Amino acid sequence: MTSVMTAALRRLLGMAATLLVTSFLVFSSLYLAPGDPAAFLVRGRSPSPDELAAIRQQYGFNDPFPVRYWHWLDGVLHGDFGRSYLFHQSVGEVLWSRLPATLLLVGVSTLMIAVVGIGAGIVGALRRGTRTGSAVLLLVTVGAAVPSFVAAIVLRSVLGVKLGWFPTIGNGTGVLDRLHHVVLPAIALSVTFMALVTRVTRSAMLDELRREHVEVALSRGLPRGTVIRRHVLRNALGPITTVCGLLVSGMLVSTAIVETAFGMSGVGSLLVQCVDELDFQVVQAIVLLVVAAFVVVNTAVDLVYPLIDPRVRAAGGAR
Amino acid sequence: MSALSWARRIGGGPLLRACVLVLALFVLVSLLAPWLAPQDPTFGDLGNTLVGPGAGHWLGTDKGGHDTFSALIEGTRTSLVGPLAVVLFSTLLGIAVGLFSAWRGGWIDTVLGRVLDILFAFPALLLAILAVALFGKGLTAPVLAMAVAYTPYTARLVRGLAAQEKVRPYIAAYQVQGHSSVFVALRRLLPTIMPTVLAQSTVNFGYALLDLAALSFLGLGVQPPTPDWGAMINQGQAAVLEGQPLSAIVPAVAVVLVVVAFNVVGEHLGDRLAGRES
Repeated sequence: MTSVMTAALRRLLGMAATLLVTSFLVFSSLYLAPGDPAAFLVRGRSPSPDELAAIRQQYGFNDPFPVRYWHWLDGVLHGDFGRSYLFHQSVGEVLWSRLPATLLLVGVSTLMIAVVGIGAGIVGALRRGTRTGSAVLLLVTVGAAVPSFVAAIVLRSVLGVKLGWFPTIGNGTGVLDRLHHVVLPAIALSVTFMALVTRVTRSAMLDELRREHVEVALSRGLPRGTVIRRHVLRNALGPITTVCGLLVSGMLVSTAIVETAFGMSGVGSLLVQCVDELDFQVVQAIVLLVVAAFVVVNTAVDLVYPLIDPRVRAAGGAR
Repeated sequence: MSALSWARRIGGGPLLRACVLVLALFVLVSLLAPWLAPQDPTFGDLGNTLVGPGAGHWLGTDKGGHDTFSALIEGTRTSLVGPLAVVLFSTLLGIAVGLFSAWRGGWIDTVLGRVLDILFAFPALLLAILAVALFGKGLTAPVLAMAVAYTPYTARLVRGLAAQEKVRPYIAAYQVQGHSSVFVALRRLLPTIMPTVLAQSTVNFGYALLDLAALSFLGLGVQPPTPDWGAMINQGQAAVLEGQPLSAIVPAVAVVLVVVAFNVVGEHLGDRLAGRES
């Protein structure tokens, strides 16, 4: 038990170190920009004296580099990402107002990916060699190559414009209307990831199905359904969870594509808008959040792995 | 003709052959683009906007009156050159880092492993978007950023393969004969693992194409009037809502076709190599 605790503690320390390094990289990226960094941040606009003071406060351009980073990190840890020149608000406020729409989109997509991806993967593994099994494989090959912006065009054009079942633009108002608006974007966001999860589920299930303990369980007369659920799927969940964790960053970045395609107002479309209209402080904050989310989720996956798969715990938490 | 015989030699099912032919076709089109395009894709004929497919415009025109077929053909160049550069840079960089890491071992290996772990946290498209925010729109900055983002995949693969290969007797034999480490690593070890690395690079090409097309779709990559598939899809979006999706669908189909083809060919190469080794 203590070895599990030590392993968990080491993971958490590793996460803190990774977050520190990534935050330093994101902070330093500003200095890669050509020219004076202060001029870079305010280029193309005439900021008010207040905003100029805020930028000096945020980045401390007169301090030595490590001190500057420390000030910036201190602000970020307190939720202070600086000011947005585009919106004349704090970056935190801008992000906060856009966050619910993106969380809804990501949440609905995650649900779709989990249900359809794992479901299709199970069917693909159990019906291997049949027509259904081949159909799953073909869908996986095509699905993995359909980018969200192509899915968006097809969905809007067929289900939106031709059939008129779903709205094609905007976020909607009220709970039901918002859900109605998020259906097509969520499908567009999910297609690629569904295919990847299906593929992993299928191959993890096939790996387990081939193993001896499954044969033993079946030969002892356990019902096939029970064996599939408790001996095959249960063992396959480990690799599936790991892959899902790795997909997080790709999914968060793809919200930029999907939200832009569907004219939704969220963090993803905010990122694109702020790159387009030269609001670097917002871009920097979003990049940092996406990377941090990836690191945190994958650490969490590592931490819950021994709960999903007790064999890892027996091996002393080492993976 | 030679593509067809090559397809036969590769073997595999009809899907694989079709994919090889698709790739050969698009490479050919990109080489011959200026001679194949019937019209100037940058010329907007405002008297003929959103025309359907017909004799004058084989695949119709977009909202600005640009000929979709010509833009598709000319767009093949920018759409393939970008990912090609990404894959070339990231493969070279990945081989260098991976070989060095495996050859030296010890703390260098550990540190480089950590650096790669951290790079994995930056998805390619995000790094490309950050590069555009810093250096402006276009193809150069995002391609370089994505080359860095794709490096860990190749580096991790090369490191693993090279570490396995390094302990084999033939490597020790070359070293005993007094060959330099650089010679043994680059001229003797690298060629044995190169096929697997190329299979990975083939799959990477498809993903890099998707990322760059996404960037152009967002309006941050290749800028109109330069023809590019991602940019064409972006331009065609408004017409989709008016029930005229053709000018967006055509480049979208091209993107999916090429990416499917790269994935199928890359995976087949990988499977074949895995089968030979086991």
